[in-house]
Amino acid sequence: MKKIINHPEQVVQEMLEGLVLAYPNELKLLEGTSVIVRQDAPVQNKVGVISGGGSGHEPAHAGYVGKGMLDAAVCGEVFTSPTPDQIFEAIKAVNSGKGVFLVIKNYTGDVMNFEMAAELAEAEGIPVESVIVNDDVAVEDSTYTTGRRGIAGTVFVHKIAGAKAEQGASLAEIKAVAEKVVNNVRSMGMALTPCTVPAAGKPGFELGENEMEVGIGIHGEPGIERKPIATADEIAETLTSHILEDMEFKENDEVAVMINGMGATPEMELFIVNRKVQQLLKEKGINVHETFVGNYMTSLEMAGCSVTLLKLDEELKELLAAPANTPAFKK
Amino acid sequence: MNITVNNAIQWMKRMHEKVNEHKDDLTSLDQAIGDGDHGINLARGFNEVMKKLDTVEYATVSDVFKDVAMTIMSKVGGASGPLYGTAFLKMSMALKDKESVTKADFATAVAEALNGLQQRGKAKPGDKTMVDVWNPVVSYIRDHEEIDWDELSATAKRAMEATKELRALKGRASYLKERSIGHIDPGALSSYYLFVSLAEVMKEGE
Repeated sequence: MKKIINHPEQVVQEMLEGLVLAYPNELKLLEGTSVIVRQDAPVQNKVGVISGGGSGHEPAHAGYVGKGMLDAAVCGEVFTSPTPDQIFEAIKAVNSGKGVFLVIKNYTGDVMNFEMAAELAEAEGIPVESVIVNDDVAVEDSTYTTGRRGIAGTVFVHKIAGAKAEQGASLAEIKAVAEKVVNNVRSMGMALTPCTVPAAGKPGFELGENEMEVGIGIHGEPGIERKPIATADEIAETLTSHILEDMEFKENDEVAVMINGMGATPEMELFIVNRKVQQLLKEKGINVHETFVGNYMTSLEMAGCSVTLLKLDEELKELLAAPANTPAFKK
Repeated sequence: MNITVNNAIQWMKRMHEKVNEHKDDLTSLDQAIGDGDHGINLARGFNEVMKKLDTVEYATVSDVFKDVAMTIMSKVGGASGPLYGTAFLKMSMALKDKESVTKADFATAVAEALNGLQQRGKAKPGDKTMVDVWNPVVSYIRDHEEIDWDELSATAKRAMEATKELRALKGRASYLKERSIGHIDPGALSSYYLFVSLAEVMKEGE
């Protein structure tokens, strides 16, 4: 293992300390926790919006804390859900009296820990609502699985739920628009190389020199198939076609596109993928309203990318365009 | 048999040793079918449990389990934190104020723990989870007037090994579908260590 770290056990805490030192006027670390909150939290007359999950997906989620997106991010150990007490601290720190909205990615641990935190909050009289993001079309949603994973599409939920909250919307209104995003967003990823959790010291899986894993999750979970590496155009086509098969798109539908890097992919490659994705959408008569290319939801130093499409209506377009000022997402 | 405060503390100590000793095995199994953090998380959790137990003089078994539950919930994370945390919390509640735990008390406590596990994780027997070890162990304790600790260990071992042939229907391993077959469930393995630790400690005390 070759990493710029001090101690494998300290990576999350030291990262968070470094993060708040980089944004001293915008962010603070809640003392004794791994919770990053807006400096001005709790914002009066606004529902607090919180997300969180395992670390290792930077800039998710702490990079999206700020005006117009999240009020707090709860950062677990690498690839490990944060604990209920930490999430509860975040809830208390951002509640202005209007309640708190939780954006949860669909993983067994995240769902259980956030549920327990919501129970603790309700016991203290804090109203809490949540949405579970499950945008990954690579895994089957059936009674035989835990359901689809939450991946890069989560960033659109942060943006839109955060914008709605900033407008002064109620907890119920935020939940409604967040669910609309979840119903209209789909993603799929692929990887060329695995990643190594610092405390584990070795890669979570192995890929041959000329292999790629299609449909990979953001923790290196296996996807649909492992096959010989293909060209950027073929990769773009595979990911996009799975998404288009999964959700109905009509001619002249408008979408937001996200081409997301998994951590170790040069922007050059992401733009090459984007080129083909845009061609494919044009051929289908789908109009691209806005495109995001970059590292939004990573998996440590994994090389690979994911494609996300969000079908837009007028409300989603307006909320996507609303101002946001966070370390990793500005509007 | 009676489980005393001292037995309960020794049980946790033994589990702490086993988790640390087998940390890499637990993590390797989890890398095969999960997200590769089970050994790391449990070791961190039980290291904290040891620190906590060292600082308190306990009068009741329920208080020991309550501190174990709260420590695991706040230090482990992932899926195993809420699950083991819930199991110990339910045991603590079932044994409220007991200084010494009879076989009948313990049968009730582990049954409550299993209920809690199933509610929290929404898993049924056969889903290839820790429930597949807890379920037969709980039945064994319920159905026997006297616990034979070797038998209890053997029951847990058979149940743990049997998860190898199951297809995962819950947790991250479920995405692997039939590819999850052929690997022991990491949560089943850690639950096996938990019951073996208890059996060893109780046998030594006899």
